[in-house]
Amino acid sequence: MDSLLSIVTFIPLLAAIILALFLRGDDAASQRNAKWLALIATGASFVLSLIVLAQYDPEVAGFQMVERHDWLLGLNYKVGVDGISVLFVLLTTFLMPLVILSCWDVTFRVKEYMIAFLVLETLMLGVFVALDLVLFYLFFEAGLIPMFLIIGIWGGKERIYASFKFFLYTFLGSVLMLVAMIAMYIDAGTTDIPALLGHSFSAAPVGIGAITLPGGLQTLLWLAFFASFAVKMPMWPVHTWLPDAHVQAPTAGSVVLAAILLKLGGYGFIRFSLPMFPVASDLLAPFVLWLSAIAIVYTSLVALAQTDMKKLIAYSSVAHMGYVTAGIFVANQQGLDGAIFQMISHGFVSGALFLCVGVIYDRMHTRDIDAYGGLANRMPAYAAVFLLFTMANVGLPGTSGFVGEFLTLMGMFQANTWVALVATSGVILSAGYALWLYRRVVLGDLIKESLRSITDLTGREKAIFAPLAVMTILLGVYPALVTDIIGPSVARLLAGYDVALLNAAAQSALALN
Amino acid sequence: MLSADVTTLLPEIGLAVYAMIALLGAVYTTKDRAAPFLVWLTAALFVVIAAWIGLAGQGTNIAFGGMFIDDGFARFAKVTILLSAAAVLVMSQDYMERRGLLRFEFPVLVTLAVVGMMVMVSAGDLMALYMGLELQSLSLYVIAALRRDSVKSTEAGLKYFVLGALSSGLLLYGASLTYGFAGTTLFPGIILAAGTGAAPLGLLFGLVFIVAGLAFKISAVPFHMWTPDVYEGAPTPITAFFSTAPKVAAVALFARVVHDAFGGVVGDWRQVLAALSVASMFLGAVAGIGQTDIKRLMAYSSINHMGFALMGLASGTAFGVQAMLVYMAIYVTMSIGTFAFILTMEKDGRPVVRIDALNLYSRREPAKALAVLVLMFSMAGVPPLVGFFGKFYVLTAAVQGGMTWLAILGVIASAIAAYYYLRIVYLMYFGVETDALDGGRSPVLWGLLMVSAGAMVLGVVNLFGIEGAAAVAAATLVN
Repeated sequence: MDSLLSIVTFIPLLAAIILALFLRGDDAASQRNAKWLALIATGASFVLSLIVLAQYDPEVAGFQMVERHDWLLGLNYKVGVDGISVLFVLLTTFLMPLVILSCWDVTFRVKEYMIAFLVLETLMLGVFVALDLVLFYLFFEAGLIPMFLIIGIWGGKERIYASFKFFLYTFLGSVLMLVAMIAMYIDAGTTDIPALLGHSFSAAPVGIGAITLPGGLQTLLWLAFFASFAVKMPMWPVHTWLPDAHVQAPTAGSVVLAAILLKLGGYGFIRFSLPMFPVASDLLAPFVLWLSAIAIVYTSLVALAQTDMKKLIAYSSVAHMGYVTAGIFVANQQGLDGAIFQMISHGFVSGALFLCVGVIYDRMHTRDIDAYGGLANRMPAYAAVFLLFTMANVGLPGTSGFVGEFLTLMGMFQANTWVALVATSGVILSAGYALWLYRRVVLGDLIKESLRSITDLTGREKAIFAPLAVMTILLGVYPALVTDIIGPSVARLLAGYDVALLNAAAQSALALN
Repeated sequence: MLSADVTTLLPEIGLAVYAMIALLGAVYTTKDRAAPFLVWLTAALFVVIAAWIGLAGQGTNIAFGGMFIDDGFARFAKVTILLSAAAVLVMSQDYMERRGLLRFEFPVLVTLAVVGMMVMVSAGDLMALYMGLELQSLSLYVIAALRRDSVKSTEAGLKYFVLGALSSGLLLYGASLTYGFAGTTLFPGIILAAGTGAAPLGLLFGLVFIVAGLAFKISAVPFHMWTPDVYEGAPTPITAFFSTAPKVAAVALFARVVHDAFGGVVGDWRQVLAALSVASMFLGAVAGIGQTDIKRLMAYSSINHMGFALMGLASGTAFGVQAMLVYMAIYVTMSIGTFAFILTMEKDGRPVVRIDALNLYSRREPAKALAVLVLMFSMAGVPPLVGFFGKFYVLTAAVQGGMTWLAILGVIASAIAAYYYLRIVYLMYFGVETDALDGGRSPVLWGLLMVSAGAMVLGVVNLFGIEGAAAVAAATLVN
């Protein structure tokens, strides 16, 4: 099958179109049909993506299963995967059926809800498989529309503020990237990503007014991409949209946001910023490293002060993304491997944590930490699940969280000991807020009258958590599953990066003489 | 010789003759009773002529010693003008009939305005330019004041007339300066007189005045003051007309003048256009935020869009013209869909224009709300909708023309403008329930809304091939 990747990507969209055109009415039967169709489509997409993984040859570092058609303006519809993107495709298709299952009890405008998630899945998959700059931008930006609607229609009380903030923040970041993409198109004459990876953009310093900008064009392009990806990531100090969006989004929306959408920024850094603008990346790496270190410590401290569970986990996500950005820009094998691993692990763990909040929110309709306490008495299974993911969030050895944090810290240590020192303190802080949250919600005596009749996990909820728990532990004890696949591609990326840096250094030395 | 000239002008002559016959026929026979029939007949005629021009037109034909040029560029603009005018006529029939506004003069005046526009885009001479422009403008002044018994409509008509006369004066002054310094009114003569590099000072003055006059017609900032009031005051179908065909004609004329008559001194006019573009994009984006009337909002939105179209032109290249044409075609399609929706907004038979009347519209009319959602995101320029490609083309043109700063300012303005498009989506989808709008069962409006929204989605495949047509058109203008 030549067009397997396209099929995986567009199955959910197809299901969404079928739902939009043919499903009528809003009674219980049609709601059930909508949910089932969505589940089947996401499931089919997952099964097919397993075939993609089976066909993928980890030994080959380049792009595989490439598919190409002409599009307008000399652009191409071109898709393909390499070791970096194939696992993100898997992560997305793996999580989406669980997300659909998690909103099985929604009764408010179910058809539209399912359509929004299905469209969103196609767009997220498109981002990871796109091998054309504009095609990438198209998928990247279009994801804002369904997410805007998901937060705005099905969100909490402050949903309108949150949805506008989410949209406008990320939109403004991305349009600057669009201008940079156009500049790249005109400079390189192509929007083909593999070709652009081989193109070296000018790094000769340029003068803007009285200031001489080191790195020249590369720095400008890098900054424009940074504006977009840093917001998406989100990095401190442009992270403020995330807690609002998370708190107001419905549970399934939070899961998608934390588990997949946040990864788009990191993926972008690895796909574009690092290999295409190596000189600028090298130049600005200390800046990113310190921003990441500040993010890790600052947002962990903020997380300690939260009274809202979702907000706490949202801040912890920002802190974990700090490890990712730092791991990417130290630009060594451990750092990059760790960053990718951390993103995948965070996809499982943060998604599961938001689901954990969703479980008790569905029962009690509050996310206030003080409203809970002693849940272990009534909900033993829930307590066990929550404990596992809390530990994974802290980075306990044996869970996937540990591998990612350890690798990135090791990478950081090689590049900059001080940053590594500051970042490591974040591990302690994360243990602080996560364990404290767990103690306040689950442990202790059940003294709150309202909690007397709370029920434990249902079969459906257990079925959602089981795959996530398996993956968290499996990746924790056998990380080679992931690193074997990403290794060759990362090594190739880094080899190209080092060569580009050496060339640039030689050129500037030549210019000096 | 004369017969060749007439053949070239046949579509314009045919339409003009048709307008006069229709006028006389209706006056002497049925008067207003024939109006619905005339509306449909005129629209059908527009479509037929558009098909004729689009399919049969070949090469570049020059008539009357260069005063009238029929080339690929003119044909592209004419097809866009004719089709959008036909769509607007069809849209307005039901609305105007129910409000007793449907006089037989309306289709006749629209026809005359369209003839004026067709002459405008084909003008090869300052005189032909002015004749076309005035024929169009005079018809539009009358149409704007069509609702004689409404204070707002007459106010709109009068305002439009006074300011329009002023801008025509500016344009004429510029034309006379140009004539004085170039010694000819023909574009090929002017381009020789202007030379290359920098134009002589007198011609430069002429150029600036002509640009000012044209900027008024496309409502570019700082010549935009009339737009919100006229959009608000005129009956909605007429607002729809104002925001589509005349804009295409004026922008096309703009491109014609700067490239055919001043193509040698690109450096002189592109800064002016870039300044107009930036001012329009930002004013359109910022001033639209506080609007509560959807027609005024559309006025600011159109100012913003004109800024983007000018961005393509400001790049001063053939690709810039192509980008501008693609942008205008997309803009017109979105506008027609949006106005088709605004025409359906009514309560107890009275038109509603308050934006907050849309509260939770998606609950009652899911299909229409979805179509408007698509149109709004497309206007905001969010991919994968076609509006994004319009912006992508003009931004590429700007960067290619070495105006990266203009592109950066443009995208910032588009992020600001996204706010008010999102606001409409927000009201329709997450607002609070208020009095419902009713009515709006017109199948024509519904069809146009759906076609327009569908085009915004499906165009992602290949933009329906307008890219190639626009490239051909741009190549004939700029060489």
